Amino acid sequence: MSETEKKGWKQIPIGGLIARPGTAKEYKTGDWRTFKPVRNEPKCINCLICWAYCPDSCIMVKDGKMLGFNYDYCKGCGICASVCPVKCITMEKG
Amino acid sequence: MNKLIALTGDQAAAEAMRQIEPDVVAAYPITPQTEIVMNFSQFVADGRVKTEMISVESEHSAMSACVGAAAAGARAMTATSANGLALMWEIVYIAASTRLPIVMPTVNRALSAPINIHCDHSDTMGARDSGWLQVYCENAQEVYESIIAAVRIAEHKDIQLPIMVCQDGFITSHAVEGLKIFDDKKVKAFIGEYKPRFSLLDIDNPVTVGPLDLQDYYFEHKRQQSEAMKNALTIIPGVLGEFNKEFKRDYGLLEAYRLDDAEIAVVVMSSTAGTAKVVVDDLRTKGLKAGLLRPRFFRPFPKNEIVKQLGGIKAVGVLDRSESFSTQGGPLFIDIRSAFYESNKKPLINNYIFGLGGRDIGTEDIEGVFEDLIKAVKDNKVRKIVNYLGVR
Repeated sequence: MSETEKKGWKQIPIGGLIARPGTAKEYKTGDWRTFKPVRNEPKCINCLICWAYCPDSCIMVKDGKMLGFNYDYCKGCGICASVCPVKCITMEKG
Repeated sequence: MNKLIALTGDQAAAEAMRQIEPDVVAAYPITPQTEIVMNFSQFVADGRVKTEMISVESEHSAMSACVGAAAAGARAMTATSANGLALMWEIVYIAASTRLPIVMPTVNRALSAPINIHCDHSDTMGARDSGWLQVYCENAQEVYESIIAAVRIAEHKDIQLPIMVCQDGFITSHAVEGLKIFDDKKVKAFIGEYKPRFSLLDIDNPVTVGPLDLQDYYFEHKRQQSEAMKNALTIIPGVLGEFNKEFKRDYGLLEAYRLDDAEIAVVVMSSTAGTAKVVVDDLRTKGLKAGLLRPRFFRPFPKNEIVKQLGGIKAVGVLDRSESFSTQGGPLFIDIRSAFYESNKKPLINNYIFGLGGRDIGTEDIEGVFEDLIKAVKDNKVRKIVNYLGVR
C-alpha cells in the first residue's frame, strides 16, 4: 500500500481497534518482499517441490502444473529457489 | 440529604466505589492502599454491591483483568500504590493506549529502594507519560468526590482514557475526616449507565482489540491519544461544572487560594496544600500578599490556567513531592517553568523538592519558602533554582 493510500489519525478507530473481522485478507504481505522468485518456464519439470516447501502457499498450481507465484503474499524468502532440483527459479530484485 | 460520617481517605475511596458499583474490580492489596480493597471486598461479601470482585495474584494481573473486563464492555476499577503501580507498569500503558476508561484510586507512596511505605509522588509521577489522566486530591472528601467525577471524565466519548485519582499515603489515606456522603441514587444518576464503545462479548459485531500495530499505524494511534488529552482539558471543566451543580461543590482543573492580589505564591499538590494554606492565612494576617495554587489535574497539564493564575505574581515557589533526577527540578516545576517560556509576564520561579519517603513537612518549612520568595522579590533574582526542603 502506498503512503498516500494509508489513513490519517482522524480516519481510524481509536486505541488500535479493528472494528470488523476478516481484514487480514486485505493486507497484502507481499509488500514485505525485497527479492522475488522468477521462473525460467521451459526449464521447469513441474515436480512441485516448490509448492510443497513454500511457507506462504504462494506457488500457484493447476492440474499438476506450476503456474507461477502469488506476489500478493510471497515474501521473497527464496526457499522455492533453493529447493528447485533443476534450478529454474532465480531471485530478482523487486 | 448528605450524610456526615467519619472516614479515612481509603474508606472514602471504597465508599465511592460502592456507590459507583463497577461491573468488575480486580485488585491486589498493597500498603497504604490495602484498606480500599479490604473495605470494598467487605461490600461485595455483604452483598451491598453486585460487582464481580477478582482477587488476583499481582498488580500486573489486576490491571490485566481490568483491561480484559473493560474490553468486554465492563466498567472496571482497581486501586494501587507505589511498587504495585510499578509492577502493573506494562499494562498501565496498554490500558491507556487501548483507550479503556478504567478508574484507579491511587494512594501515593514512595518507590523502593530503600524500602519505604510512606508518602511521596514518585509512583504516579513515574506514570506521568503513560497516557493516563491524573488528578491529585487534597483530602478524603475530595478523594471521594473525584472518584465519582472521574468515571464521567474517563468515559467521555471524546476522552476515553483511564484515570488515576491520587491521594497522599497515610496522610490522607489513613487519617479520619468527617465526610459528606451523597445519596446513592444521586451518584448513580450522575455517573449514568456505562455505554462502552465496543464489547468483545458482542458477537454480532466482532472486533479485534490490541492487534499488532507497526510502523504504518502506531504513530497515528499515539496522535489520537494526544488529541484525547487535549480534549480532556476542555471537557473536564464541563463535567466538573455538572458535578458542582449537582452536588454544590466548586471543583476545577486547579484551585487558586488567595491568589487574586498575591505577590508571592507557592504551587503544591495534594495534602500539603492544606498545610500551606495555613501559612498563607498567617502571612495574610501579617499583611503579606501570599497565595497558593493547587493544580488538581496534572495530566492533562492545565498550562493556560496556570500561566493565567501565576502570570501576575512576583515570585513563585513550586513544591514537588518527587524528584525527576533531571537535575532541573521535580516534574511539576519542569512543566510549570516550561509553560512560561513564551509568556511576557513571568514570575521569578524556583523549586522545592520535599517530603520524599514521607518526610514530614510543617508550616515552618513552608514559611521558609515564603521567606525565600520575599528575598527573591527584593533582589529580583532567585537564589537557587532547585532546593531540597527538609533534608539534612
